[in-house]
Amino acid sequence: MNEMNITAAQYVQHDNVNTMVKATIDGTEMHVPLDPANRHYAEIMKQAESGGLTIADAD
Amino acid sequence: MSRAREFADLAGAADAGGITGRNLIINGGMKISARGTSFTGFGAGVNYSLDRFAHFHSSDGAFTVSQETSVVPTDFTHALKVQTTTADASIAAGQRLIVFTRCEGNTVSHLNWGTSAAKTVTLSFYVRSSITGTHGGAIGNGSDNRNYPFTYTISSADTWERKTITIPGDQTGTWATGTGRSLQVVWGLGVGSTYSGTAGAWAAGDVNSATGATTGVLGTLNATWYLTGVQLEVGSATPFEHEPYGVTLQKAKRFYQKVDNIQGQTVHAFNTSDAYVRFPLEMGMRANPSITPVSSGDSLHFAGTAETISARSVVAVKPEGYLYKLTVSSTITAGQAGHYDNNQVNAFKIDAEL
Repeated sequence: MNEMNITAAQYVQHDNVNTMVKATIDGTEMHVPLDPANRHYAEIMKQAESGGLTIADAD
Repeated sequence: MSRAREFADLAGAADAGGITGRNLIINGGMKISARGTSFTGFGAGVNYSLDRFAHFHSSDGAFTVSQETSVVPTDFTHALKVQTTTADASIAAGQRLIVFTRCEGNTVSHLNWGTSAAKTVTLSFYVRSSITGTHGGAIGNGSDNRNYPFTYTISSADTWERKTITIPGDQTGTWATGTGRSLQVVWGLGVGSTYSGTAGAWAAGDVNSATGATTGVLGTLNATWYLTGVQLEVGSATPFEHEPYGVTLQKAKRFYQKVDNIQGQTVHAFNTSDAYVRFPLEMGMRANPSITPVSSGDSLHFAGTAETISARSVVAVKPEGYLYKLTVSSTITAGQAGHYDNNQVNAFKIDAEL
């Protein structure tokens, strides 16, 4: 069961490197670091790996 | 409890790990609530409310969570309150409403759980509910695959009672010892059979309450359930440890911080369109935190001229701080310093919860 409702996700770059994911989680836009110890990132990756969420490339 | 008994228990606590700092639960007295004091409108999933305490909801009911300051037991000033606003009188097997707190591995590593040297702990808490009878909860691990369900009895409606539950240490299973999610304490306010198990024994699986426990809080309109004085300690129960407010606040900020009413934060123009603001955090957090900025009500000035901010983004994060990028519509001068203001309460929410 998903711990969060994630409706959008897009990578954010700094110096042309992906550093964050900007995601809408439970209706709130959050900036999530690429850290497996971060619960939001862990859930983003879990839902992405299960095919229920796509992380868009950075602008 | 006599003073002699209290001192004897404290001596035991010292043997087990210390007279102060023996409570493994942060904010058990419910004094810290950085996110606000009243919470409602939850979807299915995990939602944090009072610091270090959260709930998971997947049911047809609805409820509010608040920081209570009037209905509290003697010696306490705050409690966590849940009140049902839409009852779910027919909770399906896979549905549940739970309140929980999660411990970082670093905090509980000395329990040696998952080994033959696992220590016995005692959970104690003050609880009050309009629903009498047998209530349930569980201790579990961070992987949600080990559980120890327990029961406690509400003897009198709307009356504070202190409960103590002794739990033998789990000698098997995986229990995180670093910065990850380890031991969690769960109270079930309405838990279906899928997430209920036999009380008083360790078992595998994701279980949040005891089989046979009441589901009356979630199943009864306007039912109330209050919690405070939560303590988990090595050995037997001792009186609740009323630690200094500042100590609890610092512990809580390892997991959640907020930034309010920013005035004159220094900004550096990196090029003609982008400026950066560095925000140090008050203390190192458990992990790289998620950042939720408020996108309105802020302003950016260079040489006394207000610039229009066209985009905002957090571009780098560490446990000690984060870097905020502001893109402006007009042309600014690379290398110039300016200042950033944001008069919002909760201008930035910073979350490294488990």
